[in-house]
Amino acid sequence: MASSNSLMDSLFQRSLEDLIKGIRLQLHGESSFISKSLDEIRREIKSTDLSTKSIALQKLSYLAALHGVDMSWAAFHAVEVVSSSRFEDKRIGYHAIAQSFNDQTPVLLLITNQLRKDLNSSNEYEVSLALECLSRIGTDDLARDLTSEVFTLLGSSKAFVKKKAIGVVLRVFDKYPDAVKVCFKRLVENLESSDPHILSAVVGVFCELTTKDPRSYLPLAPEFYKILVDSRNNWVLIKVLKVFAKLASIEPRLAKKVADPICEHMRRNVGKSLLFECIRTVVSSLSDQETALKLAVARIRDFLVDDDPNLRYLGLHALSIVAPKHLWAVLENREAIVKALSDEDPNVKLEALHLLMAMVNEDNVSEISRILMNYALKSDLLFCNEVIASVLLACSRNSYEIIVDFDWYVSLLGEMARIPHCQRGQEIGHQLIDIGMRVKDARRELVRISRALLIDPALLGNQFLHPILSAAAWASGEYVEFSKTSYDIAEALLQPRTSLLPPSIRAIYIHSTFKVLVFSLKAYFSAQDSTSSPLVEESTNYVSSLVNAFTYESISSLVDMIELGLCSLSGTLDVEVQERAKNVLGFTGMIKHKIIEKVTSPESVIEASRAVAFMEDVFSEELGPVSSTAQEKVPLPDGLELNENLEDLQEICGEFLKPVVDSNSNSFSSSEKISFSVAKLRISDQLEASSSSSSHPPESASLLAEHRKRHGLYYLSSQKSDDHDDSNGNNNNTLNEYPPANEILADSFNPKKKMNQSKPRPVVVKLDEGDDIKMKPDGSSNHEPLSRAIQTALMGKGKEKEREKDNPERSLDSGTKEQSLRKDKKTKKKNGEKSSKHRSRRRSDKDASAAKPVDIVDFLL
Amino acid sequence: MIKAVMMMNTQGKPRLAKFYDYTPVEKQQELIRGVFSVLCSRPENVSNFLEIDSLFGPDSRLVYKHYATLYFVLVFDGSENELAMLDLIQVLVETLDKCFSNVCELDIVFNYSKMHAVLDEIVFGGQVLETSSAEVMKAVEEISKLEAASNSISLVPKSVSGWRGR
Repeated sequence: MASSNSLMDSLFQRSLEDLIKGIRLQLHGESSFISKSLDEIRREIKSTDLSTKSIALQKLSYLAALHGVDMSWAAFHAVEVVSSSRFEDKRIGYHAIAQSFNDQTPVLLLITNQLRKDLNSSNEYEVSLALECLSRIGTDDLARDLTSEVFTLLGSSKAFVKKKAIGVVLRVFDKYPDAVKVCFKRLVENLESSDPHILSAVVGVFCELTTKDPRSYLPLAPEFYKILVDSRNNWVLIKVLKVFAKLASIEPRLAKKVADPICEHMRRNVGKSLLFECIRTVVSSLSDQETALKLAVARIRDFLVDDDPNLRYLGLHALSIVAPKHLWAVLENREAIVKALSDEDPNVKLEALHLLMAMVNEDNVSEISRILMNYALKSDLLFCNEVIASVLLACSRNSYEIIVDFDWYVSLLGEMARIPHCQRGQEIGHQLIDIGMRVKDARRELVRISRALLIDPALLGNQFLHPILSAAAWASGEYVEFSKTSYDIAEALLQPRTSLLPPSIRAIYIHSTFKVLVFSLKAYFSAQDSTSSPLVEESTNYVSSLVNAFTYESISSLVDMIELGLCSLSGTLDVEVQERAKNVLGFTGMIKHKIIEKVTSPESVIEASRAVAFMEDVFSEELGPVSSTAQEKVPLPDGLELNENLEDLQEICGEFLKPVVDSNSNSFSSSEKISFSVAKLRISDQLEASSSSSSHPPESASLLAEHRKRHGLYYLSSQKSDDHDDSNGNNNNTLNEYPPANEILADSFNPKKKMNQSKPRPVVVKLDEGDDIKMKPDGSSNHEPLSRAIQTALMGKGKEKEREKDNPERSLDSGTKEQSLRKDKKTKKKNGEKSSKHRSRRRSDKDASAAKPVDIVDFLL
Repeated sequence: MIKAVMMMNTQGKPRLAKFYDYTPVEKQQELIRGVFSVLCSRPENVSNFLEIDSLFGPDSRLVYKHYATLYFVLVFDGSENELAMLDLIQVLVETLDKCFSNVCELDIVFNYSKMHAVLDEIVFGGQVLETSSAEVMKAVEEISKLEAASNSISLVPKSVSGWRGR
């Protein structure tokens, strides 16, 4: 019965072509047709007839490749098909294996013998199938077991087989580094092949090997050099150039040597691909060779004005490689770059933008930013935000290194917020706060811009810009003393349309209102004091106290307005908003009462004044930037196990933890992540203080002071001193790290600054060890076995010479490494190799090195 | 190294897909869709390169060429030259043109096996091994001959299934 089934299957089996036709006929039910065909395939593939099986497998691999059908279940059938003696079946089988096998495929072990058999086949196309398969799925085991077959094939007389054998060596070396001992010499010999196919293949392999580990292949530089000079094949030359780009970056003397032939190629009328590779090699690895660099930059210029957008793009790309070291090359092509900004090709535009940002310095930053803002206004959403992001990044680099005029920059940030497509609210908001904290002199402008942003109706409706509003609200509250009229600020913070904002940001609005209120009351009371005793007047340090002169009427109208604005919020669902609103309302209730009483009883004024002074104290501590590495400075206490599983904690303290977690998630909802942890910290400080203010004010103040003392490490040095800089102000310059405006002593931040600057750059607070994340040294450890094997294999070559010559210019560590390797090899030799094949080959190794005394150092000098 | 070769039509239907590193089929489909969604938004007459680090990981580049109803796509890493890859697409198309005399989308749709034969001669395990379309043609014809020979000794005549299909 089964056999008749299988006969029916094979007689009436759909071919791959039938399947494709069938799929094409389906207008809608394509997937149901495919699953029906899959059922068919599952049946057919079990057939005893190999050709039926192989057609089923072919259909399956078609479906897998183009329709995403899983074929891992058919792995064993693929192994069966591959053992067929028919070439067609074999090909289908190998195709399926290469397509679907990976290291974890269990039946992988079953194909070793089949591969070996086919690698030894007399039919070169069967050999080619096996090689192709090995190059795709070769595992450690396969590479090890088949190394000797690959070695044999490397010596094949048929170029068709030989080039593929060379190609497969890459995979074999990668998986089984010991294969180097066997195959490396034959591989290297091919570098001198006259057959362009062979040469192309072997250079391709070395290009890949060199990319992973350049140092090991330095001794082969003479061979590569010969190819570089002699070859006229673009493919080969491109790969050799890539090899030299890697080698020259670790061996500067090589750069000098290859500069000439590369220039030669650039002067010849070569294909664009080769020309570009020459340019790229020069700008990336030979940029210290003046002639070569000049020639390359000249060629780049040709690319920039070419009609082909590909060349324009690549030209800009090459410039961006050279920009960090030789900015002149970019500046020379300034016009082309600006023109490229309006190119219709997004790639070209983007590349031009990056280059423009590379050119930015303190002299041209305002001009370039102006140009870019115009582009941002005209561009589509994607590019517009790309522009904004680049400007933000370039200007904020290294603590706003290139910004001299912060008033200008703050207003630029304000302008950015008003670009219709702008979606970079997060970053703009972050910078507004950052500048507020770092640059004291920018605060007045910051508050002005902040208020303008707060009352701009367009911003409220755009959720991408909410972080900007949150920053503006914070800044206008924190630096309210710089505002012209605090009444306006409070009004802006309390406008009814703030109901459009998410609760977490409304909370910041309310808190800022609180700060404005406290500041105004303080100004009011101190004005009262100063009228009674004129001596105190001098110590009034608020710059704006004259503008913010409060009368009884104005202060009570402010208090009234705040009460009116907040009373509706005291019933909000969101707890954070509600709590803050209630806090403020509680405070205003108390203060209002005292102010009204003032006329009758003078003691209540003193009481109110004291309460206000206390609140003022709470806010007067200046906030500074916090290093992103601050957390690392915390010493790990003894016995603290950070890696232990904390799951038990949830069970034990579940009851305590839950409410905390809830309130957190409410107050800072995930979508509105306010990126300034300092502000949070600050807010929580404040809440603590205000909650306890009515009962034990001095205690909480001392707690706060203690907290700052204890954690002073994480505040800036200027904040360490517990003096309230702000209230003492400019009077004690010696203690204050912020010099007053226009009175900078020595501008150590900016050595290359021009002398005729009309306005000195304000001091920007910088942290000791920048906020940048340190780059990790890239680990090349995973290539170690291979590079060690290669170095050992190459040692034979220039061994004699190297021994008699002490090589001071080689870096020490590599020298010692090599020595130890050599020792390694010697001991191995003493022990004697087991296989005679190896020994004879080693002898021939030595012979070769004697006959051709290649020495890398001779070559380089 | 070449990471992937893809051909898809302007509707986004994949016509050929080959990934040189093992990639699960779901991931393959996802990548094909991802590439197409970027390609179809590109205007004509712009550069043929794409930044696709988001899809294929860092240091990966993509070159594509648009012929009639088809996109030819090559994904590769830093050890290939962008313009050379563009030339390689040209080589591939020329070879297919010789193979099918005036290649069109349907040829590619119905000649799954031959397409791979051509491609495997040009790109071997991610490395470019052959750039002359004459050499590729020679090998592909040999392979066809070998397959035909193995068919002639087959017990079940192929014509049966061919007849059934019509």
